[in-house]
Amino acid sequence: MADITPDEVLDCSGMSCPMPVLKTKKAVDKLQPGQVLKMIATDPGSQPDMEAWTKKTGHELLQSEKDGDKFVFFIKKVG
Amino acid sequence: MAEDRPKRIAIIAGHGGLDEAYPPLILATSAVAMEMEAAIFFTFYGLFIVHKERKNRLKVAPVGNAAMPVPVPNIIGILPGMTNMATGMMKNWMKKANTASIDDLLEMCIEFDVRLISCQMSMDVMGIKKEDLIDGIETAGAASFLEYAMDADITLYM
Repeated sequence: MADITPDEVLDCSGMSCPMPVLKTKKAVDKLQPGQVLKMIATDPGSQPDMEAWTKKTGHELLQSEKDGDKFVFFIKKVG
Repeated sequence: MAEDRPKRIAIIAGHGGLDEAYPPLILATSAVAMEMEAAIFFTFYGLFIVHKERKNRLKVAPVGNAAMPVPVPNIIGILPGMTNMATGMMKNWMKKANTASIDDLLEMCIEFDVRLISCQMSMDVMGIKKEDLIDGIETAGAASFLEYAMDADITLYM
């Protein structure tokens, strides 16, 4: 996949539900529209949760992948 | 009409067990993260979740708990120390899973403007004063909750 250069990186490794979603929300709030957040988590629930979260908030989940025991998400702030 | 306002969740927290304190706090904070409005109405033992002295001493009941990982007959569950054992076991799992603390989640509730409402009648019954509860909580009655819940998209009693 094409490399995406994030504007901010948020490491939620080790955190369990609901913290990755809450921290992601706070981090995306601070971005300007069009900027990209890279979020790293180890909670397997973060994969369906980030899909649900972006679907409802309208932010764009550019990429969601598993890298070893990590889940890596690239989220573009919309609006 | 419904599209003009954010989606809304109204939760009643009526129980004060450690395992019972998490769902309302997790759902309310996650709801705000999903751009919903959220309120939790704390009633009876649920008040302990927002009680300054009690919130960090919530316990898991071994008696009448059919889901104990090691089946504990109720007759054993009533013995001194069994509640602490069940609580310790839960805390141990939570530590392993790196679960957020009740304080962490309450802080997020405040930061995310989750409306926290304590039930006046339960407070009177249980001798709990406003100053016994965490800052940022409002005290009201059933009508206030219903007025909020009437326009809710999700309502849960937990």
